[in-house]
Amino acid sequence: MFRFLLRRLMVAVPTLFLVVTAAFFMMRAAPGNPFDSDRKLPPEVERSIMAKYGMDRPLGEQYVAYVSNVLQGDLGPSLKYKDKSVAELISEGLPTSATIGLSALTLACLVGIGLGIIAALRQNQMIDNVTMAIAVLGVCIPTFVTAPLLVLVFAANLGWLPTAGLNGIRSLILPVTVLALPQIAIISRLTRAGMIEVLRSNYIRTARAKGLSEARIVLGHGLRAAILPLVSYLGPACAGLLTGSLVIEKIFSLPGLGKSFVIGALQRDYTVVMGVVIVYAGLILLLNLLADIAYALLDPRVKLS
Amino acid sequence: MSQGNSMTPAAHQGSQTMERAAVKGRSLWDDARRRLLANRAATISMGLLIALVFLAIVGPFLTPFTYDQINKNDVWASPLTAGHLMGADSLGRDLLARLLVGLRVSLAIGVVATAVSLVIGVIWGATAGYLGGRIDELMMRLVDILYSLPFIFFVILLMVTFGRNIILIFLAIGAVEWLTMSRIVRGQTLSLKQKEFVEAARAAGLSDQAIITRHIVPNLLGPVVVYVTLTIPAVILAESFLSFLGMGVQEPLTSLGTLISQGAQDMEAAPWLLIFPSVTMVATLMCFNFIGDGLRDAIDPKDR
Repeated sequence: MFRFLLRRLMVAVPTLFLVVTAAFFMMRAAPGNPFDSDRKLPPEVERSIMAKYGMDRPLGEQYVAYVSNVLQGDLGPSLKYKDKSVAELISEGLPTSATIGLSALTLACLVGIGLGIIAALRQNQMIDNVTMAIAVLGVCIPTFVTAPLLVLVFAANLGWLPTAGLNGIRSLILPVTVLALPQIAIISRLTRAGMIEVLRSNYIRTARAKGLSEARIVLGHGLRAAILPLVSYLGPACAGLLTGSLVIEKIFSLPGLGKSFVIGALQRDYTVVMGVVIVYAGLILLLNLLADIAYALLDPRVKLS
Repeated sequence: MSQGNSMTPAAHQGSQTMERAAVKGRSLWDDARRRLLANRAATISMGLLIALVFLAIVGPFLTPFTYDQINKNDVWASPLTAGHLMGADSLGRDLLARLLVGLRVSLAIGVVATAVSLVIGVIWGATAGYLGGRIDELMMRLVDILYSLPFIFFVILLMVTFGRNIILIFLAIGAVEWLTMSRIVRGQTLSLKQKEFVEAARAAGLSDQAIITRHIVPNLLGPVVVYVTLTIPAVILAESFLSFLGMGVQEPLTSLGTLISQGAQDMEAAPWLLIFPSVTMVATLMCFNFIGDGLRDAIDPKDR
């Protein structure tokens, strides 16, 4: 176990490094700089601002300086929000994004696994066909279609839920639901396929022969093996949630990380973009690692090495 | 044909054709086609998709308005008024004309970007799988690493860096989507290279490159075709995400994602601007998904 973790870390750290490097140079290759504005600054003022942020030095030197700062835990100041550091911006945005993302993931797993089990137990019957048809729809309807439509119905017309903004739990219902829908679709399909295969296996027949209750067989014995493909999907699922959250935060005007990233990229706020990329890449690497560990815990045949 | 000598020439010929007809078995592809045509969802989807593609190609020439024509008098025109079948947007541009052009752009991006991902993925996967050993490990490890990256960020950065260039959108999305393709192709190649015909080709003195292009790649067709039909909708979705975030196709040109994004802003005043593009988009994506699922069932029936 320890050796496994060590090996994975030895891959994860260079990966993160690669991400930071690629993002740094891509961001800097973009035309314009954070101090461009409608009002043209006098050249000497612009030069002094550039010097203040060390941006008058050669790019390679700036890169080395940036990386060494990051290694010391300093993500630098935001170039657009004058009195805020990137760390402050991230600690403001991350809780919102994480709450929405984790709630959506939990909701997607609960509903998706539930629907998948029901569909598998009633294979090729009415309820199975309906569930799987909904699952196809869920994959095909993008979040930026469901979100405005649900807002139109539940917020604008029925007035049950707030349209946008972050204000209590009720304001989270729509964003979380919208974010979870495509994942529910995929998870229910994966669970159904896994469950159908597992229920045909010999040890399930043994469990039946022993006279265990159907609930014990399905939930106790079957589920553990049936959700294995699901566990390895969790990594991509998180990436999907992340992509979705960029859109969700925009539609529901939620003050999350994704919004900072998009605005930062458009305004050339180099340090903010880099900070968000580091946080997200780190999170995804961590979740992939957790998924691998969970896989090994669920499937005793897999040895971590 | 030992007793053939006793027959008249005509009868002899007849029995030969009969025998040939009896011997002519159903090939893998015949079987697959039969299973595919038996799948109702897939058949309907193919019909609908052909219609959509036809509309996207021909439609823009037939509409009374062009997609970028601004009509000051028709601002916010509802559907079926002032000659606008699907209404008009905030600049009085005809939604039907814009929708057809948007569909054309989205489909084109889907096909071209998928072709890019196909080329990269097949070459990468086939090479890794065929060469094996340390090179394989290195190449696939790189794919693993790329898999775990939040790719949308890089696409966004690319768009910011190089401006909103439609060709770049093709390339950027294609360059992101090749990973799964390369994994599938590698897996298939690993099993193909054990086959006798590859050994025969090697015995005949063909170079590795010739074996990969002439013997391995053609045999990968089945799974690759299936995955292509599933990649196209993924690409269309990715482009729409970019457009929705304001980083996709540039005005006045449009795509389904751009139309939906604009429709979402104006949905309370003019819901048709959201509804028609959304329905078109969902229908297109569903067609591809059903065809892809149908093809998978048809080509690889044990996975049902």
